[in-house]
Amino acid sequence: MRSCRLRMEAAMNSFEYKQAKDIPEALSLARADGTTTFVAGGTNLLDLWKYNITNPSQLIDINHLTELSEIRLLEDGVLMIGAGVRNAETAYHPIVEQNYPLLSRAILAGASPQIRNMATNGGNLLQRTRCYYFYDHEVPCNKRIPGSGCPAMSGYNRMHAILGTSEHCIAVFPSDMCVALAALDAVVNVTGPEGNRSIAFADFHRLPGDTPHLDNNLKEGELITAIKVPEKGFATNYAYLKLRDRHSYAFALVSVATGLALDGNRILEARIALGGVAHKPWRSLSAEAFLKGREANAENFAGAADLILKEAKGFGHNDFKIKLAKKAIIRNGLMALKPESQLPGAQPSA
Amino acid sequence: MGIDKIVGKPISRLEGREKVTGMAKYAAEYQADNLLHGYVVSSPITKGRIIDIDITKVIDIPGVVEVISHKNRPKLAWFDLQYTDMDAPPGTVFKPLYDENILYNGQPIALIIAKDFETARYGSTQIIFKFEEQDFQTVLKDNLTRARPAKKGFATALKPPPPPPTGDFENAFENAAIKVESEFQHGTEHHNPIELFATTTIFEGNGKLTIYDKTQGTINNQLFVANLFGLRYKDVRVLAPFVGGAFGSGLRPQYQLFLCVMAALHLKRNVRVVLDRKQMFSFSHRPPAIQKLRFASDINGRITALGHEVFAETSNFEDYTEPTASWSHRLYAAPNTLFEHHLIPLDVYTPMDMRAPGGSTALHAIECTMDELSYKLKIDPLDLRLINYSDMDPSAEKPYTSKALRACYLEAAEKFGWDKRSPEPGSMARGNKLVGYGMATGIWDAFQFPARVEAMISADGKLILNNATTDIGTGTLTIMTQIAADELGLNIADVDFRYGDSKKPFSMFQGGSATTSSTGVAIVIAARALRKKLVRKAGEMKDSPFKNVAAEQVVFKGGNLLLKEDMKTFISLKEIIAFNAGRPIKTTNMGKPHVLKLRKYSLATHSASFVEVEVDKDLGVVTVTRAVTAVAAGKIINPKTARSQILGSMIWGISKTLHEETIMDARLGKYINANLGEYHIPVHADIGELEVIFTEEKDDLINEIGTKGVGEIGLVAMPAAISNAIYHATGKRINKLPIHFDELF
Ligand SMILES: Cc1cc2nc3c(=O)[nH]c(=O)nc-3n(C[C@H](O)[C@H](O)[C@H](O)COP(=O)(O)OP(=O)(O)OC[C@H]3O[C@@H](n4cnc5c(N)ncnc54)[C@H](O)[C@@H]3O)c2cc1C
Ligand code: SF4
Repeated sequence: MRSCRLRMEAAMNSFEYKQAKDIPEALSLARADGTTTFVAGGTNLLDLWKYNITNPSQLIDINHLTELSEIRLLEDGVLMIGAGVRNAETAYHPIVEQNYPLLSRAILAGASPQIRNMATNGGNLLQRTRCYYFYDHEVPCNKRIPGSGCPAMSGYNRMHAILGTSEHCIAVFPSDMCVALAALDAVVNVTGPEGNRSIAFADFHRLPGDTPHLDNNLKEGELITAIKVPEKGFATNYAYLKLRDRHSYAFALVSVATGLALDGNRILEARIALGGVAHKPWRSLSAEAFLKGREANAENFAGAADLILKEAKGFGHNDFKIKLAKKAIIRNGLMALKPESQLPGAQPSA
Repeated sequence: MGIDKIVGKPISRLEGREKVTGMAKYAAEYQADNLLHGYVVSSPITKGRIIDIDITKVIDIPGVVEVISHKNRPKLAWFDLQYTDMDAPPGTVFKPLYDENILYNGQPIALIIAKDFETARYGSTQIIFKFEEQDFQTVLKDNLTRARPAKKGFATALKPPPPPPTGDFENAFENAAIKVESEFQHGTEHHNPIELFATTTIFEGNGKLTIYDKTQGTINNQLFVANLFGLRYKDVRVLAPFVGGAFGSGLRPQYQLFLCVMAALHLKRNVRVVLDRKQMFSFSHRPPAIQKLRFASDINGRITALGHEVFAETSNFEDYTEPTASWSHRLYAAPNTLFEHHLIPLDVYTPMDMRAPGGSTALHAIECTMDELSYKLKIDPLDLRLINYSDMDPSAEKPYTSKALRACYLEAAEKFGWDKRSPEPGSMARGNKLVGYGMATGIWDAFQFPARVEAMISADGKLILNNATTDIGTGTLTIMTQIAADELGLNIADVDFRYGDSKKPFSMFQGGSATTSSTGVAIVIAARALRKKLVRKAGEMKDSPFKNVAAEQVVFKGGNLLLKEDMKTFISLKEIIAFNAGRPIKTTNMGKPHVLKLRKYSLATHSASFVEVEVDKDLGVVTVTRAVTAVAAGKIINPKTARSQILGSMIWGISKTLHEETIMDARLGKYINANLGEYHIPVHADIGELEVIFTEEKDDLINEIGTKGVGEIGLVAMPAAISNAIYHATGKRINKLPIHFDELF
């Protein structure tokens, strides 16, 4: 363990920095009172800190935990991706490129090469919303200060959610990678003071409900160790589409990950996950069931879209997302039939 | 003069290496002994009063030296006349830390000074303000009923109100054969140069200050500081050797300069103040505007009436106007015109010039309306421009000193392949993408300001030039060097253009695309005088063949003076200086516009942009796949740096049309995307093929060097060309910028 106290004559927000060498040490160093923050790539944490959104008093550097830095195929065909592996390394890993091209494309549609080189998979799961109001500590925000109000609801909410919102928060979870992981039925392995557990991806992130300050179900002091992706990677028919206000380096207004298992043009199994529309990657099992056994065509994708978006609700500036999401689901379904036509940056093709 | 002219060659930026290797030093990078650092505290409220300030926790922080607010600021000569600058619009200049009143969100309300930046910034989190908040209005479209004309003042000379109506507009429009009525909305934009606004003030003692500042005008800021703090002009020196972009934001002194100088004088110490990115959204910006246009023509497409009404934002303390309403009449003749410009004062900071102020806003509306007219008439958009082409300036009824716009249209159309356009909207496609072609016209001023240049030949035979102008990244250093080199027949390496310093002879701030013509002309005038002096001095030498020889009979080449009729007879510059006992031979001269002669003419640069877009049929996603812009701007001193100016402008045009907007939250009264992550500008993936053509335009009337400036003309035509291409692709007219893709499906 290396440790130093970064103190500027006690002038700044002083905090304790510790570098953990392995998982047990990381866990034992972590304080029980919730004042500990793990730092991985730091690409989100440092921004939040600079904007005065967070103010950790203890920082545990987990960049040197070799247990987190592997990508490995397990015997049962499941892929295990270490939480400490960088987003770029994950996307370009030969097994990911071959067996899980959907995941690779989704990661590469996010952020910029520089950020992806630094960002880790664990950090990606835990990145916070990009809601403008959340990042401005001078204004109210229920996610930052529960009970203070949600200015986005009646303010400018172009980027905000249309599904699973609550009267307390309409923020979206901004990750691209997680949209693919949701579609692939990934599992999140965590360890913590109370031991190890595995969380199904669908149960990892939360809806805002009346606890908008909680993004996910990770407990205090828990560390993500790995993400497990089942063997079925939909490597033959898949597509990721990301729609946004510029062609790169912007968060999704709507994104879609689609994986299809086909028999001829008949759908054996479909996976559709949406990003940019809710507080978590959005899936609808009923829509996927609807597609099962049907022809893979625009009409049926539209039917699925209607099921997915049945409860969608706009807040003014983001009303367009309802119509856009439907069109995106249809297009991405068609793109999945011609995955080789996909363009860099997950721009529309096919 | 030389046979191999350097003017006209694509010379790479002379300071390029310094910039890309990090050797170039910017205002925030100058070191000084015991330098203190100031961090600005910004108002979190939009309007109201400061009731109380509690600084006890700040003062206790080790390393904090001082906290300055309106309560304890030093006394100053605050009255308005002194507190101004060359570019101040009519009204009352905003005074940082003047009193307890909050006029806009983000207003500086205190300066925390500490031994380092981090401590000062930390201090800003420990200061406690109590406010009394008042109701505010910050949204243009909610306040149209409060529109009023602009007050007049000093700046009105450069930014005149629109001319009075001509003919009988209402009647003509009412009864016209073909008419178009359209409304346009533009959002707020912030300049956002990558270099943050910063000032380093060196407290020299003996009453002198040396100030490194991010500015477009060293002398403007020198006068500002001297006037405001009651110092002698010669005791204040403002330097800006490198400026990391400015785009107009540096035309006026910004508040970090004021606060930094105030702190330095108060503490008698060296002080630096740097703004952060969020604070870069707390001062000037391009004002949001609503424009209503009414154009009419006869059935052959001849325009009969031009109506352009503008509603633009200003602050509650100054009346900023960007000339917007009357541009159409400088392009197209019309017997009936009606131009109006209204201001709507809001609780925001005063807007300010931003690249092609007024022009880029206006031309978007004008050229989209022309496009609409062309569809109504079923005339090709380019043909409609040619039908209404005017060799003279219809608004002033004067000829242009030169106008090669027709050639711009034709050259760009040819290069672009405009003839392959099928006129019907939605009639061209590539797979599942609709393809659209659009074109538009650009026009911009060709300003020239007075400027003084000192030119001298030093002992080593080199030419040294001094002028106070900045180089805001445009290539000023390079092209001034080129102009000077040709004048004295020297190589680039033998010319040393020194600039960015208020101690040097006069230059206006660098704006309005005027520097090339202003300082460039002054260099030519000074060089002429210097040539005369050198020839005279050469004639004074013993047995000199140059005795009684006129400057016109001498050729300057390769560091030598040669007799025109006997080129074997020459003398070197070094020898002349040696004869002058090693003392440099120098001259200082003024270049100024030929106001009397030019009164008979109109002056303008022109451009034509042709754009291709692809729009996804279902999803509306827009890509500008290619664009060609032809520019007629007189003589192009350096095609490489000039091309960069036009490319940058074209990309700005894409940005303005599809990306850029600072979003105002009406209830919070503040901008909510005040960072470069959410304030979108294009990235590489947004930029297709861009082509620049410099159309030949010889202009012997405009000034000694025939230049008109290229800083802004590349931007003005692009937004309309893109919007028109989107219409051609989709049949949808989206007159609100930026255009979001979701408006297209
Ligand atoms: C400008 C910009 C643009 C971006 N654009 C996109 C985009 O388009 N799409 C997209 O998907 N993402 C985007 N991102 C987000 C980026 O993907 C995340 O910032 C990144 O994935 C976070 O990873 P990190 O390792 O840097 O996390 P850190 O910043 O180090 O940590 C983030 C959080 O996760 C916690 N943490 C990290 N690792 C673990 C672990 N193993 N166990 C428990 N807790 C952990 C930290 O305590 C912290 O709370 C963008 C980011 C930026 C700055
Ligand atoms: S949407 Fe959520 S994060 Fe955004 S302001 Fe409302 S509560 Fe805060």
